[in-house]
Amino acid sequence: MRFVDEFRDPEIIHRTAEELKRQVDPTRHYRFMEVCGGHTHAIYRFGLKDVLPSNIELIHGPGCPVCVLPMGRIDDGLSMAKDRQVVFAAFGDMMRVPGTTGSPLEHKARGADVRIVYSPSDALKLARTNPDKQVMFFAIGFETTAPSTALTLMRARAEGIKNFSVFCNHVTIIPAIRAILDSPDMRLDAFIGPGHVSTVIGCRPYEWIALHERKPVVVSGFEPLDMLQSILMILRQLNAGEARIENQYKRVVPWEGNSAALKAMAEVFQLRPYFEWRGLGFISQSALKIRDEYAEWDAEHRFHIPGIRVTDPKAAQCGEVLKGVLKPAQCKLFGCECTPEHPVGALMVSTEGSCAAYYNYEHRKAMVMNIAPAA
Amino acid sequence: MRFREPQIEMAHGAGGKASRRLVEGLFVPLLSYGSAESLGDAAHVDINGAQIAITTDSFVVKPITFPGGSIGELAINGTMNDLAVSGARGEAMVVTFVLEEGLPTNLLEAEARAMGEAARKADVKIVGGDTKVVEHGKADRMYISTTGIGRPLPGVMIDPHSVRSGDKVILSGPIGDHGITILLARGELDFEAELRSDTRCILPLVEAMVQAAGPGIRWMRDPTRGGVATSLNELARDCRLGINLLEESVPMRDAVRGACELLGLDPLHIANEGQFLAVVAPEYVDVALNALHMVEGGQDAKIIGDVREQPAGSVLVTTGYGGSRIVDMLVGDPLPRIC
Repeated sequence: MRFVDEFRDPEIIHRTAEELKRQVDPTRHYRFMEVCGGHTHAIYRFGLKDVLPSNIELIHGPGCPVCVLPMGRIDDGLSMAKDRQVVFAAFGDMMRVPGTTGSPLEHKARGADVRIVYSPSDALKLARTNPDKQVMFFAIGFETTAPSTALTLMRARAEGIKNFSVFCNHVTIIPAIRAILDSPDMRLDAFIGPGHVSTVIGCRPYEWIALHERKPVVVSGFEPLDMLQSILMILRQLNAGEARIENQYKRVVPWEGNSAALKAMAEVFQLRPYFEWRGLGFISQSALKIRDEYAEWDAEHRFHIPGIRVTDPKAAQCGEVLKGVLKPAQCKLFGCECTPEHPVGALMVSTEGSCAAYYNYEHRKAMVMNIAPAA
Repeated sequence: MRFREPQIEMAHGAGGKASRRLVEGLFVPLLSYGSAESLGDAAHVDINGAQIAITTDSFVVKPITFPGGSIGELAINGTMNDLAVSGARGEAMVVTFVLEEGLPTNLLEAEARAMGEAARKADVKIVGGDTKVVEHGKADRMYISTTGIGRPLPGVMIDPHSVRSGDKVILSGPIGDHGITILLARGELDFEAELRSDTRCILPLVEAMVQAAGPGIRWMRDPTRGGVATSLNELARDCRLGINLLEESVPMRDAVRGACELLGLDPLHIANEGQFLAVVAPEYVDVALNALHMVEGGQDAKIIGDVREQPAGSVLVTTGYGGSRIVDMLVGDPLPRIC
């Protein structure tokens, strides 16, 4: 398969791994953060730790949209689904995320009309085919998914579809990275930049990280070879004493981003003054709100939203894991009270969540093979 | 462990972890039909010295017809296959129809015809049945339930406890065709692929392999709901050994691989309706494969991995470049109502 097989070629991967070994300083411990949850998933899915030198530590970042959503927003979304005229439409990732009164799937089992969609335009299609229902799309995601929500809202307005609305939970990546860097207990050497987000925003928005924080950023693809190459590029920068923004994922990411997508976002969304992130707390100008021109399709206007604020279950340490301060297995609930089947926190739900990825691929491997869990 | 979940959810019918919890935690203790370890696809019972294999299955697939098959054909083949992988030839079947009020007769007729044809092809008699009709909206068009009995094939004993380290894992052909075909047939995704369900009766393949390598065959399973990963995890748990797969050696069509890459699904979790897995002693593996390759539809059979002491009770997938990961049973239900 093109664009897949060549990036999983054993021989090229071996050669890259050898080059990595030559570039690492064995006396040094490296800490790189992969910002994007897709990368976290790929690291475990492809067993990359088996290939990487052991003194390179990968820290999982905040780039998992489901994970950073505070529980109150899920409760808010589900409060709308109590009305039996409302169809609650969301991506599959959302379905098992626990709210205070259960996940969307549990609400579905109790009779709520909950549907999995693969794109916001599928939700709009539901509205067209169910004119007697109110279809509410629970929008999540970074700049990766925000443009398609924007385009869907533009189409809903153009077609005058009245029974469709969006509960907007879109967030932006740069303020989250800033919050992580501002966190005093976080020492990082470099970032593996998010590939999908960067297809939209491009590489320029990261320049301050190199300039002011003196840390390399390499925007990376998601195949095993992509990630190894990106890590190699970071090592070369560090060895040369440089801090630059580099684009490993050139086959997909344009340096300047996607102007049509950015334009659609600007047309439909504006920045919220602040937004609450799980684990990171309130971050100013870190999330998107639907503009007044589209208020008619904004679920926060159409429905009464209780604005629920709930703290995470006390023992759960999702916040610390999200910030990279704790490893998933260091959380008190990991693997006992909190498992992919019975998740307490969202990080255990999404395939991009570091806890779920760690549990599925790494933790069990360590357990069944009687080896110490990888750091 | 007792089943303590407050309500039934789709995942309890998905054939993965939740299904297993429901069966072991609620059905087995209350219906006490044997120990959980012997829960295979079909049971073998002794009636006055006669060995009978028996199985039951139900079909709720949506949509009713899909490229390569339909609910009626699936019902016959699925039942025959459950008997086949228990080491038995299906001889007779009874079928139950649950029909929704308002179902067009021509639809029912088409499915009855498909069943008749599939039964003739598989050489199994349909000897009885039952029909129930429920109010409009209380069922989705039609559900079919089947019970089949069969005669054990001579010269083979299927028992997960007989599996030994060093045994080889054989897979009959490419995986994922059925699950992905159903997903696409629902028309909810805006992409298309040249793909058909692999639904078929696998008895001719199983018979050929048993004839050639019977004493070396330790275990078989048709990896339907939950896919290859779930079937092999159940085996690993039952035999307390590790199943090691080489990722690149698992056969699959590009369309399935592509769809899984796009949707973030693991092909090892996708359902099949015309494939089977077999664990074969190493000294019999060549004759078993040769026998399969001689049968129509068995040309793609190959070794996908082996059994080792470690990781005990789990399935480890290794990639060609040296990465490895543990693959669990299916958790949750990515594709409901596929069969």
